[in-house]
Amino acid sequence: MAENLLLQALSGLASASSLFLVAAGLTVIFGVTRIVNFAHGSLYMLGAYLAWTLVTALPRGPLGFWGGVLGAALLVGLIGVLVEVLLLRRIYRAPELFQLLATFGVVLIVQDLALLVWGPQDLLGPRAPGLRGSVEILGLRFPLYDLFLIAVGPAVLGLLLLLFHRTRWGTLVRAATQDREMVGALGVNQRLLFTSVFFLGACLAGLGGALQLPRESVNLHMDLAIIVEAFVVVVVGGLGSLVGAFLAALLIGELHAFGILVFPRITLVLVFLVMAVVLVLRPHGLLGRPPEAPPAGAGGAEPPLRPAPPALRRLGAAALAAAVLLPPFADAYALSVLTEMAIFVLFAASLHFIMGPGGMASFGHAAYFGLGAYAAALLAKWAAAPMAAGLLLAPFAAGLFGLLFGWFCVRLSGVYAAMLTLAFAQIAWSVAFQWVEVTGGDNGILGVWPDAWAADPLAYYYLTLAFCLGATLLLRRVLHAPFGYALRAQRDSPLRAEALGVDAFQVRWLAFSLAALAAGIAGGFFAYAKGSVFPTALSIPRSVDALLMVLLGGVRTLSGPIVGAIAFTGLQEQLMRLVELWRLALGAVIVALVLFFPQGLAGAARAAYERRHGPAGA
Amino acid sequence: MTGRAIARRHLLAGAGLGAFAAPAILRAQEEAIRIGEINSYTTQPAFLIPYRNAWILAQEQVNAAGGINGRRIETLFRDDAGRPEDAVRLAGELLRSERVHLLAGGFLSHVGLAVADFANQHRRLYVASEPLSDALVWSRGNRYTFRLRASTYMQSAMLVEEAAKLPARRWATVAPNYEYGQSAVRWFKELLQRARPDVRFVAEQFPALGRIDAGATVQALAAANPEAIFNVTFAADLTNFVRQGATRGLFERRQVVSLLTGEPEYLEPLGDEAPENWIVTGYPWEQIDTPEHSAFREAYQRRWNTNPYLGSVVGYETVNAIATMLRRVNGTETEAMVEAMRGLRFQSVFGPVEFRAIDHQSTMGAYVGRTVLRDGRGTMADWRYADGANYLPPDEVVRQLRPAAT
Repeated sequence: MAENLLLQALSGLASASSLFLVAAGLTVIFGVTRIVNFAHGSLYMLGAYLAWTLVTALPRGPLGFWGGVLGAALLVGLIGVLVEVLLLRRIYRAPELFQLLATFGVVLIVQDLALLVWGPQDLLGPRAPGLRGSVEILGLRFPLYDLFLIAVGPAVLGLLLLLFHRTRWGTLVRAATQDREMVGALGVNQRLLFTSVFFLGACLAGLGGALQLPRESVNLHMDLAIIVEAFVVVVVGGLGSLVGAFLAALLIGELHAFGILVFPRITLVLVFLVMAVVLVLRPHGLLGRPPEAPPAGAGGAEPPLRPAPPALRRLGAAALAAAVLLPPFADAYALSVLTEMAIFVLFAASLHFIMGPGGMASFGHAAYFGLGAYAAALLAKWAAAPMAAGLLLAPFAAGLFGLLFGWFCVRLSGVYAAMLTLAFAQIAWSVAFQWVEVTGGDNGILGVWPDAWAADPLAYYYLTLAFCLGATLLLRRVLHAPFGYALRAQRDSPLRAEALGVDAFQVRWLAFSLAALAAGIAGGFFAYAKGSVFPTALSIPRSVDALLMVLLGGVRTLSGPIVGAIAFTGLQEQLMRLVELWRLALGAVIVALVLFFPQGLAGAARAAYERRHGPAGA
Repeated sequence: MTGRAIARRHLLAGAGLGAFAAPAILRAQEEAIRIGEINSYTTQPAFLIPYRNAWILAQEQVNAAGGINGRRIETLFRDDAGRPEDAVRLAGELLRSERVHLLAGGFLSHVGLAVADFANQHRRLYVASEPLSDALVWSRGNRYTFRLRASTYMQSAMLVEEAAKLPARRWATVAPNYEYGQSAVRWFKELLQRARPDVRFVAEQFPALGRIDAGATVQALAAANPEAIFNVTFAADLTNFVRQGATRGLFERRQVVSLLTGEPEYLEPLGDEAPENWIVTGYPWEQIDTPEHSAFREAYQRRWNTNPYLGSVVGYETVNAIATMLRRVNGTETEAMVEAMRGLRFQSVFGPVEFRAIDHQSTMGAYVGRTVLRDGRGTMADWRYADGANYLPPDEVVRQLRPAAT
């Protein structure tokens, strides 16, 4: 028994090492550049593919193998430099998290390119020369390569610590992590520093991927499989902390290895449970430090909101008139797309509500969308309730969970808060996924179709439009009410807001719950529009979609989420139907939009308007 | 808010265009029978690219032979990106804008179920090709949905037949943590214990799909010291599981019974590390020399310059089934097509197949055999064709399993 447990622990250590290698690069990049690099998983995947190509092309033997692995890591480093110089460097000054949109474009492009270059089949690389077999430990066999990996993790950590603490470059990087502006003021070439940091981070991602070659097959799903876990490790460890990331990787690796002995089905949710517990107990991760300055202060207070100028009002009215008057002439399919757009406009607006004016990003906003959808569907399935009852219940269910989850989340700030929302969303997702008796598991709930009076696509479109647009306008109204002022006050300056008698916690909590409630409305309508609900409704990709819509439209304008939702849904719908390589096309369009409109689409429109007419509203 | 108005106007213009364009297309190809095919092409390319290749081949063959009563068939392929909500939207697009006569396709079970429910709601025929979930034809089966591929139950039952012959009494299972893996394990346990009451299940592992922690999973299985293992993992999870299991000696002196592992999609990537002597379901494409299969293999190799995968057979036979059905009906009226599908018999490259009227499941089977290494790559030996008709529950059980039976 004891020997089994020891081997289980060793297996956990090996996974921890692999996880740390990927997370190390991510945390280094974030620490200095503050970029949430969604493409880190793609770099990892490219590392594995390039290593496969190099190792199988080079002569067999230790030199060919290790040369291939290191060569792949360096190549990925160069790809990272390319991404930084061509794309990210141009948008460092954009609003927080905007770079996420850019790196997401890169993810899409890499997915299609990898398919084109390496084909659809999984590739199996050779095993490492000299480390093919196993050793006996207490009479049980353990792979030599896993022992090697166990050693690689601490070795890389040691080298990185030496690099950061014993070289001038490392000192500069640490200084930049603390205070970018000051380092720049002292005459350090920031551009070079950032590019070199990105090179290092990308190299580590590539190395992590390349070192998996003897363990795993190389496949097209590696990027998304690793990225979320890598983020969790970084956040649990404390953003920017290498030792923290190492500890977090150890914690997750070991908990996983032993967790599956007791609860085999815990695999889906374990990392998120760990993250939720750690963040609730330690709001800045295991070894993270609270930021010196309040996070929003870094970019300065955002421009105040003003009522919409007349031109914008006229445009809004025209758009509304079009949305009401034209659909009778559209065909049934166009109506279903319009219905979806109306739903996503509200979904994006609800995320924007907490993200823009509230100053709290959420990576798990789909939780409330999905909870709304599930509430409506469950009521229809178990109580055979009419549609209206389900649509009514949806916002309440979502709002209740918003109150519950929000109570924990709004205490945190920045990426920590966003990751805690993700943790709760994943916990909700895994309940929907695993509680088969009630939710139907991943086979979902079917037969959630509108009642006869709303079955006609046109009728359902008008119903959706009325509620979703109504709720969107209501959210907008709230932002111009005293509550909205308090919300923005606590975002721009928590201290001053507090001095004015604003209870920042309460304001954020209420705003979070209100946003959840609004997302729940959208979710309810979504369930009845699709006729079925699956765990995908509250999964990470759905949350990412909402983020992309808000960022694409522009976080700092009130019409941003509306424009973003319509643009994103429309783009994806058109490209998916018309273009075979739609991910490549969508990724390229996103990258282009990011480069040309770093303030988002609506932000760019406002900037153009202001150049002609002076300061305007949102 | 300028952007908003512009975006919305553009959209309406585009949508309007679609509405006006549709009749023109219809006029131009008045005679063609249109099939709307939805699948997860971008997320499952390894299976679906060979699938679509064979689909196109079959369609070309049908049209070259004069089509269906003089009408050509044509297919509109759509990618759902693995998302059921997108699949439902595309189903609407195909039916309402493109005016297809029937829907087909599907790889992932939940996507298949979403489209099946949509088809039921709108009373249109859906021929599901690959989704394996039993729910598709049983607990959530409906009048308008038919499924070609041998289901999770059928393939589990085929393996139970072999597993019951083994001396092993202590079994462990490993399966991906989602519906397919869970049902496969459930059926396997239930059927094996019925056949062999002396069997005990001593461990189970449910790694997350696509993210197996193979070292820990293998170690956890080994710790329970089973005599035999039932494996349901596939694709990348399978590769990682096999590598860790082989290095740690998990498979030595243990029998392994494994679902789908004999399919070239999953056996080929393993190369010379393919496990030996596993009892598997699969498709030994290079060894099946029946006239029907040889003709298919040669035609496929000629058209695409590559070897067929199991996905190719599934794509080819979906078109074959649809074409056979269409030859039986006059026109493309849905209810007539549904009636023709019920009990439809056709000759597949695997042998004769029937779409059962009782549950709309086809009897297309699978090959059961042992894995072996030949010339540095894995293949199947001692295989036999297991006709799906023999691995389905008795009719009265099926009626219970399919409550909404019509």
